[in-house]
Amino acid sequence: MYFMLGLGGFLAALPCSQVGTFLVIRRMSLVGDAMSHSVLPGIVLGFLISKSLSSPWLILGAGLAGFVTTVLIELIHQKSRIKQDAAIGVVFTTLFAFGVLLISRVSDKVDLDTDCVLHGDLEHLVQSDLVSFFSVSIPAPLLSLFVVALMVVGIVTLFYRVLFVVSFDTALASSLRYRPILSHYLLMALTSFVVVAAFQVVGAILVVSLLILPGATASLCAVRLPKVLLIAALHSLLSSVGGVCLAVWTDMNTGASIVLFGAFLFMLAWGFGPLDGLLWQQIRRRRKEA
Amino acid sequence: MFGALQTALLASLFLGLSCGLIGSYVVVRRMSLFGDTMSHAVFPGVVLGFFLQDEKNPYFILGCALLAGILGALMSGSLQRTTRLKQDASLGVVLVTFFAFGVGLHSLSPQTGVSSYLYGQIAAITDSDLLMMGGVSLLIVCAVALLRRPFYVASFDPGFARNLSYPVKVLDSIFAFLLAAAVVVSMQAVGVVLVSAMLITPAATAYLLTDRFSKMMMLSVGFSILAGMIGCLWSYQQLKTPTGPAIAISAAALFGLAFLFAPQYGVLAKYLRRRQQVRQIRRENTLQSLYRIKEQRSDGKRAVTLSELAQYRRRSPSHVLPELFSLKKVGLIESLSGRDVWQLTMNGEQRAAELIRNHRLWELYLINEADYQTDHVHDDAEKMEHVLKGDLLEALEKQLDFPTADPHGMPIPDPAKTSVLLREGGQK
Repeated sequence: MYFMLGLGGFLAALPCSQVGTFLVIRRMSLVGDAMSHSVLPGIVLGFLISKSLSSPWLILGAGLAGFVTTVLIELIHQKSRIKQDAAIGVVFTTLFAFGVLLISRVSDKVDLDTDCVLHGDLEHLVQSDLVSFFSVSIPAPLLSLFVVALMVVGIVTLFYRVLFVVSFDTALASSLRYRPILSHYLLMALTSFVVVAAFQVVGAILVVSLLILPGATASLCAVRLPKVLLIAALHSLLSSVGGVCLAVWTDMNTGASIVLFGAFLFMLAWGFGPLDGLLWQQIRRRRKEA
Repeated sequence: MFGALQTALLASLFLGLSCGLIGSYVVVRRMSLFGDTMSHAVFPGVVLGFFLQDEKNPYFILGCALLAGILGALMSGSLQRTTRLKQDASLGVVLVTFFAFGVGLHSLSPQTGVSSYLYGQIAAITDSDLLMMGGVSLLIVCAVALLRRPFYVASFDPGFARNLSYPVKVLDSIFAFLLAAAVVVSMQAVGVVLVSAMLITPAATAYLLTDRFSKMMMLSVGFSILAGMIGCLWSYQQLKTPTGPAIAISAAALFGLAFLFAPQYGVLAKYLRRRQQVRQIRRENTLQSLYRIKEQRSDGKRAVTLSELAQYRRRSPSHVLPELFSLKKVGLIESLSGRDVWQLTMNGEQRAAELIRNHRLWELYLINEADYQTDHVHDDAEKMEHVLKGDLLEALEKQLDFPTADPHGMPIPDPAKTSVLLREGGQK
């Protein structure tokens, strides 16, 4: 049971960590924040169609909402004098408001409440029907999380060069014909994809932490991108295992405790990380004075 | 003390004043993510405020929330100073850490009142809440009024503010504190998750309508109050509707209206302006063509047939005709026989000469100063001639030392002389 909880957390956090690292590198944390809020109406619509929290309709709905978000932001930003950050703020709050409104409209008719969608419910996921997968029986939602994780890691590996070049040098990317706009949309599509997969675990609002924390922690520990991605993956593993332990120990909401453990790991990296660790900074300063 | 409707109106007023004022700075300083971070960062304070006291005490919650907000601002500041993380990532880390802390604490011992702080519930606002909100928004208004100038300078030109020896860092801290206070005022009505909507959307709406910052602040306050009232009344009508989303959607609707119909920066106004410009350019080109056709002739006959003009412009006659009619309406050309034969009036002749002069001067300039080839210059000169006129042209003529012929050997007409010639010709 606990193993399944940890596994579920990890399968949700791993793809988020890989996509989120690119968001952090490209200084697009606000976009990650916006995306995690604005897919909510898509999720609710998908749920209303399929009546289940783990159906492909949700991914379709969230993908659509993510696409609408990206297009609306670009539209407002390009067709008016509104700066990009304000455009993002206007769009994601509006879509999120629509989502909450939809939920409050239908909550007495169907089994969907604000708490579950917004704060996540990993236990519920793990307790759902078991399916057999290569003669291992695991809960169905975990299987779909596994598939999503596999796909996202596969896509990131496949497009690694494109994402890498576009993130660091847009001019070089366009001279290599990598099409920065297209890869921007690829990253946005991946973001909404991992957000919808992970929202059931930590809730729609806290998904952004699975995006930002691993990347931020890893960039305090390493400089080279492959290493950063690897450390981000490690962070997602440790935070889901540690988070589940914390949740079991304190009887806290699992999603929140996964995030809190991830934040704890970030603090460790801040204090003792090999690159910017406060400890080393202090020691270096001492040495200089001495 | 207050009835339901009064509560709604007063809450919208306080909310609009504080969020409208602070939000204007947030939008022009591009601090949307900072606003969002602060609004999420106060949440653990709210939970703690409920957690530590048996009875809901608005002032205690206010204190805890402000403390949490300040801690969040301090943490993101020190992250930016001590690590290589960029501003967005360090704000993001603070946002998720604090919010998760709040959610976790809430799940440990769920308090009933907390959820109204998450999504906003106008019905849950008590009289003492309202008093607290009024006090804090008064504080914000006073602070903004007192510090208007330093804030203004620090927002638009931090370097200049430093030169004026304003304490920019202190000002930034005060601003962060005021932002946290604005979040606290509005969170019971809109909820912490959607405070961003109140900070950004009305100010962005105002930004579409004016260029002056003082006017923008006033408009933004007005839009916030309006959105707050619509949202509060909506949520009163249907108690199931949480107030926060209702307010956010009202604000977004106002933004949508401004985005489409704003007199200067609206999409529609821009489209109309663009279309008008395209038509103007087409009319000017027709006028020039009439002049050129006449110029190429040896006999000096002024009348031009429709088919001649259409052929010269490489367009179909039906394409050229509307332009001819609109030129006729303003008296620049006249028709000699129905729609087939046209000629420039005296005014038209002068206007066409001006345009041609403009074009040829630009051609000359591009070739002399920008090293254009003679056979490439026409298109770019054409683009410039419709936009760059007036005083600039006089300077251009002076720079080119008052030329009389363009690079293709055609004369550069002088409109003053043209009109004199025409008038004399007309008298004969």
